[in-house]
Amino acid sequence: MLEIRNLHVKLEEEDKEILKGVDLTVEAGRVHAIMGPNGSGKSTLSYVLAGREGYEVTEGEVLFLGQNLLEMEPEERAAAGLFLAFQYPVEIPGVGNMTFLRTALNAQRKARGEPEISAADFLKLVREKARALKIDADMLKRPVNVGFSGGEKKRNEILQMAVLEPKLCILDETDSGLDVDAMRLVAEGVNALRSPDRGFLVITHYQRLLDHIVPDVVHIMADGRIVKTGGPELALEVEKNGYADILKEVA
Amino acid sequence: MVAVAKLTPQKIAATEARLEGATLPEGAGWARAAREAALERLRATGLPARRDEYWRYTKPEPLYELPAPRAAVFDAGGEAPVFGEIDRVKLVFVDGVFDPDASDEPSLAGVEIARLSEVTQADIHWAKDLFGVLEARGQSPVPRPLAALNTALAPDGVVIRVTGKAEKPVSLIYLHRDESSDAMLHHLVRLEPGAELTLLENGPAAARFNKVLEVDVADGARFHHVRAQGRDHERLAATHIFARLGQESTFKSFTLTANGRLTRNETVVEFTGDDAVAHVAGAAVGDGDFHHDDTIFITHGAERCESRQVFKKVLRGGAMGVFQGKILVKPGAQKTDGYQISQALLLDEGSAFRAKPELEIYADDVACSHGSTTGAIDETLLFYLRARGIPLEEARGLLILAFLAEAIEEIEDEALAADITARLEAWIRRHRRAG
Ligand SMILES: Nc1ncnc2c1ncn2[C@@H]1O[C@H](COP(=O)(O)OP(=O)(O)OP(=O)(O)O)[C@@H](O)[C@H]1O
Ligand SMILES: [Mg+2]
Repeated sequence: MLEIRNLHVKLEEEDKEILKGVDLTVEAGRVHAIMGPNGSGKSTLSYVLAGREGYEVTEGEVLFLGQNLLEMEPEERAAAGLFLAFQYPVEIPGVGNMTFLRTALNAQRKARGEPEISAADFLKLVREKARALKIDADMLKRPVNVGFSGGEKKRNEILQMAVLEPKLCILDETDSGLDVDAMRLVAEGVNALRSPDRGFLVITHYQRLLDHIVPDVVHIMADGRIVKTGGPELALEVEKNGYADILKEVA
Repeated sequence: MVAVAKLTPQKIAATEARLEGATLPEGAGWARAAREAALERLRATGLPARRDEYWRYTKPEPLYELPAPRAAVFDAGGEAPVFGEIDRVKLVFVDGVFDPDASDEPSLAGVEIARLSEVTQADIHWAKDLFGVLEARGQSPVPRPLAALNTALAPDGVVIRVTGKAEKPVSLIYLHRDESSDAMLHHLVRLEPGAELTLLENGPAAARFNKVLEVDVADGARFHHVRAQGRDHERLAATHIFARLGQESTFKSFTLTANGRLTRNETVVEFTGDDAVAHVAGAAVGDGDFHHDDTIFITHGAERCESRQVFKKVLRGGAMGVFQGKILVKPGAQKTDGYQISQALLLDEGSAFRAKPELEIYADDVACSHGSTTGAIDETLLFYLRARGIPLEEARGLLILAFLAEAIEEIEDEALAADITARLEAWIRRHRRAG
């Protein structure tokens, strides 16, 4: 579903190459995890996939469901089924959570030529998904993420994902800042979405999350490249020994 | 008394040129003395010039020079007029002239409604005590010559006395049909103790419009005011609101301005009784040849009063926004709570915003704050919205509306707030960037 081939990315503003030839394929129905030291380029990869400005692709290509992803606007990528749960979700004062979610859902539906969802159906849908994530009605009424705790923001990302039902879910450190119970809720939210036609790319530093969302494949990213790929045991190894051994081995 | 520097010969000449041939409205009755006094005030200060400190950012001459610049009439197409769904008593003015046939019967329990031109013929005490009185008080410490001009010459207006809680709003509708109309209206509103009224105003009124609204809010009374200034692109407007607030009274005024070549909205509020509340807010959206000036002066002359000024402007295509806001806390006005925010969202580099916030405080136990910002749309927020599938222009629209939200929230009535929001959404849609 997602094929990244030899992706090189530098910053637009300065001559700094951040991704130095990333190769990665995510198949439908599978969960891929990416781990790697701070600053290795994991968030940059997720931003480039979502279409954020400020980066320049100097080489390589990305196919998403057969389409050339890098040529699409961020909103087109979303409508095509790509979703990024942000490492740092932003606060949007003045835009209500419900208005935001409904506008997003209807925009995606419209782009796909589907009818808009009725107000009543939307309310029902959000309430049901919010209940599972223990997001209370008051949070839904507030402006997007304004005054939310770090953990609440992360849960709100998962709520959006549950409502929008994307085909490829990219989670950038959704576990960081979550307490144990919140992490279980988030993992349940993600697992509820697991299906044969949906792929996941889960960026994390900790094995903890992967205990709940068991990955099919684990990748290690270092200095802008995927340097090692393996099964769930690779995450356990990182948890136990850190990155030093792996980096030495591939150097 | 107004302290004035010696007038320059140019100023005297400009003032006399405007007054040449002008006659006080016929049958002025008891108002004659008030009108003559206003003429004197006007001659003492002279009409404003760009060199006056108070007019540093806004060119005043087009607001009074003769003849008035012409202004094409805006065609709103099939769009429903603002406040259309609100149950109200409608009073219609066409190019500044009252149109009784188009208006509702002015009957509303607890509310007396009359025309200024009639009231000045009768011996109506409260109107005598109000006409030109608050305007004259508002001439100090800063002169407001266009308001004095209005008191002297405005031939008509609405006079409203509220003795109870009005069950629906009084709505002044200003239609513009004549490209060269130069209209003046002077309204009086007196709320007796404990009375309540919502006053609505909408429409461009004329090619050039000079309007004064004097509002006397007695103890415990509540006055709500929502206006939507008409959308004619070329129209000019100079408006003044003078409000005097008694003890525990409430005054809330919100103005939406979309389009218009030149608009100067002055609001002058004086707290004379303790524990009163005044909120003055505005949302102005302009594209291209648009100059919008909000000038606010709040005088705290009593204890424990709360004032709030919330002004937001969205500017593009070379539009210009101005905010001058002052909070004056007089000696003894302890526990004053004064807040002021003025912000501009610039949608391109050609547009500009000038703000002059001022605090002058002569009491020691007060909490006053002010802030002013100018900025562009936040790209990080824009990306977040787009990453959720919201197309670029729609995302920009959401953020523009979000920027205006704090001002719109000042409208207490939900239906009115929804109506104003819908107008802003329509403006944003019409003024999307091409491509
Ligand atoms: N806009 C930018 N300006 C300057 N440097 C940047 C920018 N974006 C990314 N970088 C740099 O690129 C590198 C990769 O950053 P990135 O955020 O992708 O790392 P990461 O793997 O997500 O790290 P972490 O685990 O800490 O979240 C870092 O060295 C970072 O400082
Ligand atoms: Mg990161």
